[in-house]
Amino acid sequence: MSNTRQLDDKVMVEMRGVNKWYGQFHVLKDVNLKVRQGERIVICGPSGSGKSTTIRCINRLEEHQKGDIVVADTVLNNDLKNIETIRREVGMVFQHFNLFPHLTVLENCALAPIWVRKTPRAEAEEIAMKYLRRVRIEEQALKYPGQLSGGQQQRVAIARSLCMNPQVMLFDEPTSALDPEMIKEVLDVMIELAEEGMTMLCVTHEMGFAKTVADRVIFMDKGQIIEENEPEAFFNNPQSERTQAFLSQILNH
Amino acid sequence: MQNANKSPSSRVPEQKTRFWHDPAKRALAFQILLVLVVVGFVGMIVQNTLNNLESRGITTGFDFLSQQAGFGITQTLIEYTESSSYGTTFVVGLLNTILVSVLGIIVATALGFLMGVARLSNNWLVAKVASAFVEVFRNIPLLLQIFFWYFAVLQALPSPRKSIELLDTFYLNVRGFYMPQPVPQEGFGLVWLALVIALIVSYLVIRWNAKRQDETGQRFPAYWTASGLIVGLPLLAFLVSGAPLEWDHPVLKGFNFRGGMTILPELAALWVALSIYTAAFIAEIVRSGIEAVSKGQTEAASALGLSQGKVLRLVVIPQAVRVIIPPLTSQYLNLIKNSSLATAIGYPDLVSVFAGTTLNQTGQAIEVIFMTMLVYLTLSLLVSAFMNWFNSRMALVER
Ligand SMILES: Nc1ncnc2c1ncn2[C@@H]1O[C@H](COP(=O)(O)OP(=O)(O)O)[C@@H](O)[C@H]1O
Ligand SMILES: [Mg+2]
Repeated sequence: MSNTRQLDDKVMVEMRGVNKWYGQFHVLKDVNLKVRQGERIVICGPSGSGKSTTIRCINRLEEHQKGDIVVADTVLNNDLKNIETIRREVGMVFQHFNLFPHLTVLENCALAPIWVRKTPRAEAEEIAMKYLRRVRIEEQALKYPGQLSGGQQQRVAIARSLCMNPQVMLFDEPTSALDPEMIKEVLDVMIELAEEGMTMLCVTHEMGFAKTVADRVIFMDKGQIIEENEPEAFFNNPQSERTQAFLSQILNH
Repeated sequence: MQNANKSPSSRVPEQKTRFWHDPAKRALAFQILLVLVVVGFVGMIVQNTLNNLESRGITTGFDFLSQQAGFGITQTLIEYTESSSYGTTFVVGLLNTILVSVLGIIVATALGFLMGVARLSNNWLVAKVASAFVEVFRNIPLLLQIFFWYFAVLQALPSPRKSIELLDTFYLNVRGFYMPQPVPQEGFGLVWLALVIALIVSYLVIRWNAKRQDETGQRFPAYWTASGLIVGLPLLAFLVSGAPLEWDHPVLKGFNFRGGMTILPELAALWVALSIYTAAFIAEIVRSGIEAVSKGQTEAASALGLSQGKVLRLVVIPQAVRVIIPPLTSQYLNLIKNSSLATAIGYPDLVSVFAGTTLNQTGQAIEVIFMTMLVYLTLSLLVSAFMNWFNSRMALVER
């Protein structure tokens, strides 16, 4: 398998003792995570275990209360400047795509390059077309999101993130809202992205995807990282009982 | 089926639906029936009314419009005396209706948007005050609110001699709100010219900025520049031409003020009541419009690195506006129609002076009511047309 590779030493994302509460509810308990450049991480775990919260803390869609997060050498604190710097370097793909319905596919992709990177429109549209071609959907560029299938929308969402040329990509269950026959077209795009060396953190229950591309699989439960290992060891020889229970549940389905 | 196909002559073939089972034909039949009923009904009423008028000896037609009205009106935007014609009365009433509607729409929109956004505020107190505003003013009958402002608030003000003064220029009393009237002197035309130039230049600057951004990616604060131009240029022209403006101040003479400009209590009460009542509905429309844009939209835009202001401007507002405009239009139409409650406190709007006094004096019910209804219909269609145009423009701007 291609999984065991020589990785860069540069740390792209680091979470140190991250804690988060929703009121009284302790969602994240001492999360420690180090992601090196080019590394592909899959996060799994039962629903409500804090997987989304963990990756949403990385680009400050959620605020953590304790601990440190450093992304691409920028410390994530309350400084808006730092937050915007980090968001420029971190792309995110959501379960429900969240494309902008009032803009065409092309405009969805060109929006951030124009308004954030201050790219001239013609150039921004060229970039957009380049990535739309990469996700094999360039012929839909002038349509509106509502005219596309779920799988196509999710590929557009991936292209939209890539247009900002991010150093890290976060995926939050990118295929769970899709009909089964569309899952593959999205996973294929993600696998290609991995092969090109993108640093990826991916919350997913697609274990086939985890086995092919992940360098490490992380299992979370009740706001904690319970286990983390290379895919082969993780699937064949899970250490904790909770991991075993979880795996037997989803692999039997 | 087979049976029917074999012997078509013996029975009606079943695949041929009877005409009252065919939705299209049935709909047509109902339409025709409905038209017949309506025409018959209207014809009956017209015939009946004509008979009544004839037996009372009232002539029909619009000749009465040139007759002398013989009554005074408290607020007239054009020249009007008791010897003016009923035609002039009509125009005076129409202008008064338009005045209070335009003033009401402006304030209701501003207040409504403010309250709608405030309801979504993270600040507990602000959100609660806004929602109390909405619940109170939306649920009290408008007529009662007009009475409240007119009788309980404005009629309780002191007499002219004991007016509430502000800076020795503004006076508030039971007869109204008095303020100085600007009287442009010779050379003031330059200020208007400067304003027109500033508007044109601003438009060009905004266009040029968008084009420049397309080509180079760079922007500059064009809207601030435009605001500066629109305020600054006329001001400069005003100063350069030696401030050609004088003020006609209101002065207390005997029991009342003379000169200056006045807002009558009737106008004030109607204006305030219409604005606040409609603002409560607009606030709800704005709130639900913003809430209709899902949290996922804001998150996706923020995750791309757009600042909070740009998220609002490029993603949230364009989507919210599309949800807001249609119900907002119907609130504007309601406000215009509700302004006819003016009659209750004697504000001289169209219904009060034309469908009221004029009708009573002339007895030309059909003509007067017909003209009045036509006015409201026209105003409503104009507002709808404008809002539709605005809506389609909003849709285009973002593309
Ligand atoms: N805005 C919120 N307020 C309160 N609780 C929340 C909020 N968002 C998530 N939670 C809770 O935090 C826990 C973790 O949520 P999440 O990270 O979405 O889990 P996962 O993605 O693993 O399913 C869940 O129990 C969820 O109910
Ligand atoms: Mg989740």
